[in-house]
Amino acid sequence: MPSLLNVSRPPVFCPGCSHERITHALDNAFQNMDLYEDQIVIVTDIGCSGLFDTFFHTHAFHGLHGRALTYAAGLKMARPELNVIVTMGDGGLGIGGAHILSACRRNLDLTLLILNNFNFGMTGGQFSATTPPEAQVGSGFLNRLESPLDVCRLASSAGAAYVTRCSSYAKNLAEEIENAVRFDGFSILDIWGICPGRYTKRNRLTPQIIEDSLAKLPLIKSPKAENLRKEYGKHYRELSAGQKPVPSPAKIEATFKPPEPGRQELVILGSAGQRIITAGEILCLAGLTAGLRVTQKNEYNITVLRGPSISELILSPEEIDFTGIVEPNVILALSREGVARRKHLFNHLDNNALIIQALKVEVPSCNARIHQIDFKAQDIRPRDRALAALSVLAKLNKVIHLEMLQSALKFRFRGKILASALDLVDRVETAKLM
Amino acid sequence: MAFSLMEGNEAIARGAIASGCRFFAGYPITPATTIFNTMLKLLPPLGGICLQGEDEIASIGYCLGASMAGLKVMTATSGPGISLYSEHISFAIGSEIPIVIVDVQRLGPSTGSATRGADGDIQFLRWGNSGGLPVIVLAPVDVNDCYSLALQAFNLAEEFRCPVLIASNKEIALTLENIDIDAFAKPENIERKAPSPGEPFLPFEASSGRMAPYFLPIGGKVPVRQTSSTHGPDGYITTDSDEIAKIQDRLKSKILSAADRFSFHEARLEEGADTMILTYGVTARAARAVHKEQKKRGNPVSLLILKTLWPVPEDLIRKKAVNVKRVVVVEMNLGQYVREIERILPDKKVDFLGQMDGRLITPRQIREVIIHA
Repeated sequence: MPSLLNVSRPPVFCPGCSHERITHALDNAFQNMDLYEDQIVIVTDIGCSGLFDTFFHTHAFHGLHGRALTYAAGLKMARPELNVIVTMGDGGLGIGGAHILSACRRNLDLTLLILNNFNFGMTGGQFSATTPPEAQVGSGFLNRLESPLDVCRLASSAGAAYVTRCSSYAKNLAEEIENAVRFDGFSILDIWGICPGRYTKRNRLTPQIIEDSLAKLPLIKSPKAENLRKEYGKHYRELSAGQKPVPSPAKIEATFKPPEPGRQELVILGSAGQRIITAGEILCLAGLTAGLRVTQKNEYNITVLRGPSISELILSPEEIDFTGIVEPNVILALSREGVARRKHLFNHLDNNALIIQALKVEVPSCNARIHQIDFKAQDIRPRDRALAALSVLAKLNKVIHLEMLQSALKFRFRGKILASALDLVDRVETAKLM
Repeated sequence: MAFSLMEGNEAIARGAIASGCRFFAGYPITPATTIFNTMLKLLPPLGGICLQGEDEIASIGYCLGASMAGLKVMTATSGPGISLYSEHISFAIGSEIPIVIVDVQRLGPSTGSATRGADGDIQFLRWGNSGGLPVIVLAPVDVNDCYSLALQAFNLAEEFRCPVLIASNKEIALTLENIDIDAFAKPENIERKAPSPGEPFLPFEASSGRMAPYFLPIGGKVPVRQTSSTHGPDGYITTDSDEIAKIQDRLKSKILSAADRFSFHEARLEEGADTMILTYGVTARAARAVHKEQKKRGNPVSLLILKTLWPVPEDLIRKKAVNVKRVVVVEMNLGQYVREIERILPDKKVDFLGQMDGRLITPRQIREVIIHA
């Protein structure tokens, strides 16, 4: 196979930079794997490692600092057949930490080459996530305060199966790269090197010192058996193939006439667990059965199992412009905390307004007509009270009628749930308590 | 007549699917999460991809990679996330990567109120990129717009190879409404154009009068270069000032020169009206109510609802305002778009009504401003 190096743009690294050795080793690895230029994308990070894509005649993607793995993941998911090689320095390792952890956990078939030369070469030799505390770097004393990161240990514990390190001067560097690329999953190769432009101006580091330092570190076996698992892309496609297609949104034909003319504003004031939001939806669906325009706005606490739950509903024979509710026609007062959250609404009610009030749920004094229901006496549990209140409304021919409600329930539910909902609607008594 | 019941977020997702979007990545955030939820239901059965990123930066990063691989892509977030998207919005602008970005605005600043609406990001969406080049921002008013502007957003992103932002609002996104998806006159889906066979390809060269370069995907037969660095037509870093000026000028003019074609709006101009309400987003609904009511009362006001906010449809605004003395700008923030109107209409009286406390601006509030000139 011919070299994939870009003949019109030869490498331009500082004399003695180990990045140049890596460039050639990467090219050798491609050649050994019989890869063509269109089978590879080189995704590069920022810094001197970010120059790699320009030295190859392959697909290339160069983006923002630390984010190379994110573009690589998008490319690989969209084009599973591509060999995706990411080059990143020890700087990218630091700023892109979250993306590295995520790539390790995900196991998408990307190859990350970390060109680890222990400092930020391009910006003046500041300390990076891998700079030893004793090094003299461009960040004054600050690196003495921090402990360098061992990306291999980090990646292994984050779930990466293929993690290894070697020297830029290793004779088998091309082979090391090839093994990483061939691995079917996420692979990291931590390649230690020398930055003559910055780091070795003030620190002693030679190929021999690198070799000795690497030899002192515990041996990392790759692939790590307990981290081996399905490659993410294949697994994704496998699971995704089993997902059922979603039908187009179902539509409701207008078949009824609404019991009342004009815009109707209704507020359900309840609590978490009372199925307030579902009742609001049922009311809207009931409105659609009569060809009404509808809007529903809900409010509930982020702790979804506790606190007030409120649904604001508008049904109208005309287009609904403003979706806010200022003077509701109907309030369903089903819990104290719901009422407390909308106290101000009661000031605006006139004597045409109707409140359906659950017994013991006090409401502020107001001009509205009050229809009080003892749900407990009718053996209606809290979670059924919102629907029961809709039934009361329908039986009073207010806003909706019974056929609209039943028809909405038949649209929304099936089987046992439908049967019990219809039964509930049927048995609710509308008798006033006072 | 037959309607479905749907929230704005779901309508955007369904519009995206109808546009041919096949890749979505997002990070959960109220009130945008249900776009992610819907895409996760819709995409995989179609062979599409839906990912949950480790953060917002990653989510949009995945999209940029997938877009360059040839897929139509979308992401969605809210204020705190759009802040994190900033670096990648700049990238998509400068490197001509098609993407639709939904900002379901919530009350800010910062984490603000997750479940309260606002239109507080309107200037941020325009200027929250380094370099300050123009972007396209569309603003839906209701669930119907969520669907139809999603279709338009994809077409614009593909045609101009640029990010298109949808400025939604919690009050539209999470409000359920009646919608009839089959009743829309759908525009034809626009696809990125590849060069004709035999035509030379440079990744950033806009040849033969085109405003945007031809597109070939990363992973296709021809090696393609993408870079966030200042580049020439060949996709390599350049330091040639003339070349840089040329490409920057094209990035600017490709959006601005075509703006008239996509200045979506709704104008309800009334004869004899000396006041025009100018608004956008959910606030337009209160304004519609005022417009109708004032007309009935024999005291008509004109109304201009903008659905394309950026680039500012300057000619359109001037034309629509020509017969009025006063323009009342109403927006759900403390004064953002009104700056543009003051700039465009120096000879008109421009009044402002704004509110940013989580409540909708009511018809009554607008009426009071209209009446008390």
